[in-house]
Amino acid sequence: MKFLCIDCDAQMAFEERRQPGDGTFAASFRCPRCGRAVAMLANPMETQLVGALGVQIGGRELDQAPFEQVRRTMEGRDDAFVEPPAEARAGRPRWSPAAQARLERVPRFVRGMVMKIYGEYAGERGIEEITPEIMDRARVDLGLEGM
Amino acid sequence: MTFRTYFQVDGGDRSGLAAQVAAQRARVTDRLSSVRRVIAVLSGKGGVGKSWVAAGLARAAARRWPDGVGVVDADLRSPTVARLLDAVGPLAVAPAGVVPARGTDAVRVISTDLLLDAGRPLTWREPAAERFVWRGTLEAGVLREFLGDVEWGALELLLVDLPPGADGVADLHALVPDLTGALVVTIPTEESERSVARAMRAAADAGIGLLGVIENMSGRHCGACGAITPLFDGDAGARLAAAFGVPLVARLPFDPAADAAVAALATVMDVLP
Repeated sequence: MKFLCIDCDAQMAFEERRQPGDGTFAASFRCPRCGRAVAMLANPMETQLVGALGVQIGGRELDQAPFEQVRRTMEGRDDAFVEPPAEARAGRPRWSPAAQARLERVPRFVRGMVMKIYGEYAGERGIEEITPEIMDRARVDLGLEGM
Repeated sequence: MTFRTYFQVDGGDRSGLAAQVAAQRARVTDRLSSVRRVIAVLSGKGGVGKSWVAAGLARAAARRWPDGVGVVDADLRSPTVARLLDAVGPLAVAPAGVVPARGTDAVRVISTDLLLDAGRPLTWREPAAERFVWRGTLEAGVLREFLGDVEWGALELLLVDLPPGADGVADLHALVPDLTGALVVTIPTEESERSVARAMRAAADAGIGLLGVIENMSGRHCGACGAITPLFDGDAGARLAAAFGVPLVARLPFDPAADAAVAALATVMDVLP
């Protein structure tokens, strides 16, 4: 999908995406010539139709995690997966107590994958500690609805 | 008002959805590059014992190729292969992929049965409204990840146990263009013949090689005297094989002893490419 500023006949540049957790998707674009901004607002069905393909609307920022679509879309059992041991995470960003508490609220079926995604997001940006604020920022940047 | 349309605007597409989908397909291809044969086990009809046969095939193959056989349970909504092969979770998540469960005879197994709570149906987190619209896409995504995100390693044979119906094999072929072929399971009845013929036609029309027909419940085996007595009327296995020009590779009498079926299915390995 592309956005065209008709007045300027210029392709608008992507600025930001949001998935507020209600099943909808939003993305903003700005014209590089006149500065006019527009937002594309997709309803839950439109969002789901694309999301069901296992793709990231607005582009993929991180490599696909194993069973990413399975874990994001299926209702699975809590003990389905055994995640890599803690020592395998050595050198990864640490989690603040508040961030850990928030992570605890994520269903265990997807928790390991969520932890990996946030860890990679923070690691790639040189962030040493993951906090709820970092998680919020990552959600916006990565389009992680409901995580 | 005049304005340019999609292909008239030279700039890139931010989402790159087509490229993302292509990357998904490439991931499956890369993963299966160490697998010598990918074979679908299909039947147009439910209740013919397809998964039971698939489990027997896997065990027979594992005796031919120790530590070289895997099974994808593509019957996502009614998974049984993991239980038939005594494969249990949890599944280890490694950086490069999910490690499959190990079943009888060291067969590697992946199945929704390992992921779902006992007694719970396959359900999705997504909005329930209009779910029928995207259910098929979600299921295709799960199958794609079962193929592409599992550390299958080097295998001589990866069996894909498809759900009953005629369209699953074409979906699988879209994900695995190099699909080695399909083995077809029927029972002797005319009803099964008619239904399975549709699935075979769908496979043939999709350009999938039909490797052979296995007739299950082909009589009843008496555990006391060893005699095989008729269980169903009909000769569907032979008729389907003749109609499609493929061999009838096995006829399995109804016998709760799985080892007998495993032994009877050993010869199927001889017809595999």
